[in-house]
Amino acid sequence: MISLPEPKPEILARRASILADLARLLPADAVIGEEIRLRPYETDGLSAYRQMPLAVVLPRTTQEVAEVLRYCHANEIRVVPRGAGTSLSGGALPLADAVVIGLMRMNRIREINFEDRYAVVEAGVTNIGITKAVEGEGFFYAPDPSSQLACMIGGNVMMNSGGAHCLKYGVTANNLLGVTFVTIEGEVVEIGGTHLDAAGYDWLGLITGSEGQLGMVTEVTVRILRGPEGARAMLAAFDSVEVAGKAVDAIIGAGVIPVALEFMDKPCIHACEAFAHAGYPLDAEAMLIIEVEGSQAEQDMLLGRIRDICAQFKPISMKLAESAEQSLAIWKGRKGAFGAVGRISPDYLCMDGTIPTGELPFVLRRIGEMSTQYGLGVANVFHAGDGNLHPLIMFDANDPESFRKAEAFGADILKLCVEVGGCLTGEHGVGVEKRDLMTAQFTARELDLQRDIKSAFDPGWLLNTAKVFPLEGNARIAA
Amino acid sequence: MIAPGDEAGVAEAVRAAHAAREPLAIEGRGTKRAMLRPVQAARTLSTRGLTGITLYRPTELVISARAGTPIPEIEAALAEHNQQLIAEPPDTRALFGVEEPATLGGVVGANLSGPRRITWGAMRDHVLGIRAVNGTGEVFRSGGRVLKNVTGLDLCKLLTGAHGTLGVLTEITLKVLPRGESSGSLVLRVADIASGVRALSAALGTPYGVSGAALLPEGHGAMQGCLAIARIEDFAESVTYRLDRLRAELAAHGEAALLGREASEALWRDIRDAAPLNPAPEEAVWRLSLAPSRAPAACAALRQAFDAKLLLDWGGGLVWVAGPATEAAHGAVMQAAAGGSFTLFRGPDALRAAVPVLPAEPLPLAAIGARVKSVLDPAGILNPGRLRA
Ligand SMILES: Cc1cc2nc3c(=O)[nH]c(=O)nc-3n(C[C@H](O)[C@H](O)[C@H](O)COP(=O)(O)OP(=O)(O)OC[C@H]3O[C@@H](n4cnc5c(N)ncnc54)[C@H](O)[C@@H]3O)c2cc1C
Ligand SMILES: Cc1cc2nc3c(=O)[nH]c(=O)nc-3n(C[C@H](O)[C@H](O)[C@H](O)COP(=O)(O)OP(=O)(O)OC[C@H]3O[C@@H](n4cnc5c(N)ncnc54)[C@H](O)[C@@H]3O)c2cc1C
Repeated sequence: MISLPEPKPEILARRASILADLARLLPADAVIGEEIRLRPYETDGLSAYRQMPLAVVLPRTTQEVAEVLRYCHANEIRVVPRGAGTSLSGGALPLADAVVIGLMRMNRIREINFEDRYAVVEAGVTNIGITKAVEGEGFFYAPDPSSQLACMIGGNVMMNSGGAHCLKYGVTANNLLGVTFVTIEGEVVEIGGTHLDAAGYDWLGLITGSEGQLGMVTEVTVRILRGPEGARAMLAAFDSVEVAGKAVDAIIGAGVIPVALEFMDKPCIHACEAFAHAGYPLDAEAMLIIEVEGSQAEQDMLLGRIRDICAQFKPISMKLAESAEQSLAIWKGRKGAFGAVGRISPDYLCMDGTIPTGELPFVLRRIGEMSTQYGLGVANVFHAGDGNLHPLIMFDANDPESFRKAEAFGADILKLCVEVGGCLTGEHGVGVEKRDLMTAQFTARELDLQRDIKSAFDPGWLLNTAKVFPLEGNARIAA
Repeated sequence: MIAPGDEAGVAEAVRAAHAAREPLAIEGRGTKRAMLRPVQAARTLSTRGLTGITLYRPTELVISARAGTPIPEIEAALAEHNQQLIAEPPDTRALFGVEEPATLGGVVGANLSGPRRITWGAMRDHVLGIRAVNGTGEVFRSGGRVLKNVTGLDLCKLLTGAHGTLGVLTEITLKVLPRGESSGSLVLRVADIASGVRALSAALGTPYGVSGAALLPEGHGAMQGCLAIARIEDFAESVTYRLDRLRAELAAHGEAALLGREASEALWRDIRDAAPLNPAPEEAVWRLSLAPSRAPAACAALRQAFDAKLLLDWGGGLVWVAGPATEAAHGAVMQAAAGGSFTLFRGPDALRAAVPVLPAEPLPLAAIGARVKSVLDPAGILNPGRLRA
């Protein structure tokens, strides 16, 4: 179990007056203090952990965010920034003595410029909301996390989120031009803008993926791209994980970078097929979903090349979509993978480590062995192009022993990722979930250096305290 | 000059300098000594002794090399597997009048990206991992060797483009990509810079994956007039198809011609290296980064202020400027860059010491920057004065 720091008793004792102060700073409907209305904020996508916050505020403007931060800074009150609360690593988990600053009301699109190919949006606009606003002109916002219907661009910036198409289009960091950033002191600064590559230190790059440790983001300028003429998918099934891995290597070695390259193991194929009836091959040990883009003729050419490469590895079966509908059918199982696993197991933990793709057969074999050892099922879906593993560990949340085992199993997988040259998280962030594993990837001094950089932004350690950095050895968090 | 043969030697040299409170100029092969502000340091620490590719996995799209490895050596190794540096960094030898090739550390330290930046991202977007020595002589790592990694604070980004002021890069891991099987360009003769930027915006707004979009106001070689150029790099069939589509869709923007692979590659090498700018030896060179639609007005203002030579890349978003190395010309550049960013890329020491070589930061950020600097380099010995007075 992950522990949170002891709440500061003097802050808890002042709760009523803090709420009254916040109500003076913000419109009445923007401050939440009653238990029944606080309840929805007690957890995020890592729902095994729950903690009621001191208060929740829902500002509508950058100025209001700045006011709240200035107030909290002056009064040494901890804050927890929150977007849609879909973080799977507990990044938005409240603390008992913290004010949650939720940005869901900052959901306006400020400007769209097709000529210069950018959009300026408030931090609470959903990821899909950006694409919706520009798709009429054939444009889209590239990073597409599976949570894109709900998650917000501010949360995406702070988690540096990716999606199935990031092999080609990159993650959030590669698609940003600027942010409006509010420091813990309540100072509002513009970082970047509507141009590429500001001179000087790359604050935008440092803030991206910083998980609410450095300040809050209230507006974001993103690059928008013209969408391709079309896209089509194929699937290829193999009788061993090793061979499927070799096919992936051969595709990339031949200079073909598909827009998406997804890998599913046997348990995942079965779970998805039972759920979506997508026509997946149930006799396969591993299956690839490969998507290409371009004109009809280009899609034919690329899928033809990929089919010829896969054919060298004696696939059990291959299916090339003939139409957009057939593509959707191929994707349907994959897109529903989490829900599908949810149907065959009462609960699951979604892990998120990254490995060098060459280590895939070894890592999947080890995960299989651990699954037997822990007595818990695991299904693997995997962004094969970039080595981002998502083992789904199945357990029963009503059984504390089962949960404890699932967590230990997950930690073992992540340590394995680091051992083979990978890392603890590819897209979901460290949050509270992987906080205590950071020592597996970094030396004590390297962690201290990162903590010192955080201190340069947030000397009092008020921003999203107790996330990302292990509590142990962290002198800066006063209990 | 100190040029240690390994990382431990770099750490040792920095530790000694830190103990003695003795500033160090940090460089690879010193090709960019004339960039930004002159450094005030008695001694120079060079990474030229740290060479060699330490890991290359073509199918994993990653390469690692020690910081002093010359860029041509890395490009050659990648070319053997038909791969390339994604950001297409310029070869600045001609611009800086030096013989030696840039090192990997220098290109990453300066975050130098070329034409492909417009679609495929900047140098910093492809830095997956670093090893570095901070200002007290400690070795630290950030990132790793996998394509996706969001573990902890991304110090790779912080050090990329910091010009050696926050640490000495000793080893760098980059994402790489296959080289397009073929390439070609559409060349449009346009009336002026404004119509050229409009043509390039239209090109970048098509679904054809334009990977280079430059504007040559004075023509190039045998091609006279103001030229807007859009590049496609892809499989051969796609290049043919996409260039044809592009020509049809952009027909209204000007007289058009297509360049085949060889002519196109030669032209884009020139654009990458800013060769068409052709500055006189005594002239200064600036790089401005702006929203493309603001470039025409900026260019007009610069031409009014002085006899500005211009070259535009990134769809108009990058403006290379050459002109007299005077404070007046520099003032005009700063003004033209309002709302964007600029660097004094090349100039005589006197000018570089007298003017801000990049835009001022908002005060709160400057304060944070000073604290970050003192975390990584508490005695202020790494490249003092390089970025700001
Ligand atoms: C079903 C499901 C599928 C998912 N699939 C993917 C996927 O494919 N790829 C992927 O990358 N992630 C995925 N995620 C994880 C999650 O959606 C992303 O991390 C997302 O970016 C979080 O956005 P959010 O708005 O919900 O942020 P929250 O969960 O509210 O917050 C995330 C973190 O950012 C901080 N934060 C939020 N907003 C701000 C702000 N404005 N300023 C400062 N800090 C802020 C919070 O404190 C927290 O640390 C998935 C989650 C779910 C539930
Ligand atoms: C605006 C403009 C101004 C010019 N001004 C001058 C001038 O002042 N003086 C002068 O002498 N010349 C001028 N030219 C001509 C220009 O220099 C030549 O067109 C060019 O240099 C020839 O390059 P190349 O060697 O690739 O051409 P070539 O190889 O002779 O021909 C064009 C190449 O394009 C390839 N190609 C054709 N269609 C496609 C396609 N759909 N996809 C991919 N590749 C294709 C062909 O394979 C061929 O290799 C001008 C051209 C333009 C557009």
